[in-house]
Amino acid sequence: MTTKQLALVIDLNVCVGCHACVTSCKGWNDAGAAGPLTDQNPYGADPSGTFFNRVQTFEVGEFPHTETVHLPKSCLHCEDPPCVPVCPTGASYKRAEDGIVLVDYDKCIGCKYCSWACPYGAREIDEQQKVMKKCTLCVDRIYDAKLPEAERKPACVLACPTSARLFGDIHDPASDASRAIREQGGYALMPEWGTQPANHYLPRRKTEKRLHADELERHDNPLKVDGLLPRPSPEEPALDDVTSW
Amino acid sequence: MHPAWSVLLLTTLIGAGQGLFIALVAAQASGRFLQTGLGLSLVLLAAGLLASFFHLGHPERAWRSAAMWRTSWLSREVIVLPAFMVLVAAYAWTQSFALGVLGLATCLALFVCTGMIYACLPFLQEWRSPLTVVNFTLLGCASGLTAAAALAAWLEPAPARPFAAAALVVGALAYLGRLASLYRNARLRPKSTLASAIGVKHPKITQIAQGAMGGSFNTREFFHGRPRDVVRATRWTLLALVFPVPALLLLAGEPLIAFLAQYAGLLAERWYFFAEAKHPQNLYYQAIA
Repeated sequence: MTTKQLALVIDLNVCVGCHACVTSCKGWNDAGAAGPLTDQNPYGADPSGTFFNRVQTFEVGEFPHTETVHLPKSCLHCEDPPCVPVCPTGASYKRAEDGIVLVDYDKCIGCKYCSWACPYGAREIDEQQKVMKKCTLCVDRIYDAKLPEAERKPACVLACPTSARLFGDIHDPASDASRAIREQGGYALMPEWGTQPANHYLPRRKTEKRLHADELERHDNPLKVDGLLPRPSPEEPALDDVTSW
Repeated sequence: MHPAWSVLLLTTLIGAGQGLFIALVAAQASGRFLQTGLGLSLVLLAAGLLASFFHLGHPERAWRSAAMWRTSWLSREVIVLPAFMVLVAAYAWTQSFALGVLGLATCLALFVCTGMIYACLPFLQEWRSPLTVVNFTLLGCASGLTAAAALAAWLEPAPARPFAAAALVVGALAYLGRLASLYRNARLRPKSTLASAIGVKHPKITQIAQGAMGGSFNTREFFHGRPRDVVRATRWTLLALVFPVPALLLLAGEPLIAFLAQYAGLLAERWYFFAEAKHPQNLYYQAIA
């Protein structure tokens, strides 16, 4: 647990479901070292394609008490990835140095068994290249010394207009990602399977003003020490009518 | 899950081939009957192996799949299946007792590997049961024994009746095992819900969009995409053809038709095996738009 584990922390309270992470991911990874990410019939009636990242939208509750939740879903880079041991060729692997789960496209035989072993549906086969594809956490960006330091982040993180995506080492307690998980209630998807996803989500948080009765009316109001005073008649001048504050 | 023809054919064909080998070795068959039987067993195994290649995106790299036998049941099956085929051929050549025993052990190992490919996945609760391995083994043996009865009726009538009797007994056991798994799977409670899938504690969550308008690998690979009537009809087909119909045909002295009927039933059984398995990723793909 002491080695590095890079991951995304996605704030569902801030995500507006704009799909900028989806398009930037597709743009970078279609052209980058992991590319191409092929599409089938992209402009036809039944378009389909390979994506590392998808934004899904859910409605929680029943009208009028509903809430819209946008859930960007990509590979969660599980600490105990169930997709890796089932791979017959060793094409799927988890990097020891930073915990990124990757597929070696030159070894993959396209048997799809790893996708069966992923409860999140994070792996998609490339129908043209016939190999399994998944989020690489932009491994070809984040270590690229030619890029300015600030740009050595996954494309989706840089693209997010609301900064809903944090990227960092979740094993380093001082990282922004770790602190967000710790302090803002970060949680994992489908914890029941024990996959220990590295990617975490920050919950929706309602910002409401809570008013207690004694904030509206002080219980130690000196005017009420002797019980309720008789209500003044509407004809009598009120304090506002006779005083200028 | 989407039932792929390649996998349906692979598992049913090698099951029949393995069962036939077990029948021939257990009965100490000999002569032309043994040679033809082992030849047929090899043909079934080779046909299954061939079918499996159609499942791969890159069949030319299939040799790589023997690499991860330490962790992957699929890799183990890839090693054990050809090894078993070599042993079947070697047994046909030498008919040595030791090779027969080794062949039987490898045959059982192959049943375990094939079953465990499905039973080892914790998320597919319908498959995550010892019944999966038991049923693959028993159904394969039943189909092989029926084939042996058919072959004996053609080449060597003496052992035809014992083979038919054995096929009835093992078929009945296999049928009971399959009924048990149908019963178990009908009463499963899914571990994952939409609430745990997106991490929002609410009993009523509806998907509005899944991030793609025209479907994706996730909607093709994990859904059988057939109407409920078809699934129900397949279940009735498997319930009829896996044992009752072949049993009547065996009793009526028609082992060849019994084998063909049972094989059709096993295809239906395997199709239903896939169709009834509900992958938790489907929670994320409930609504297109």
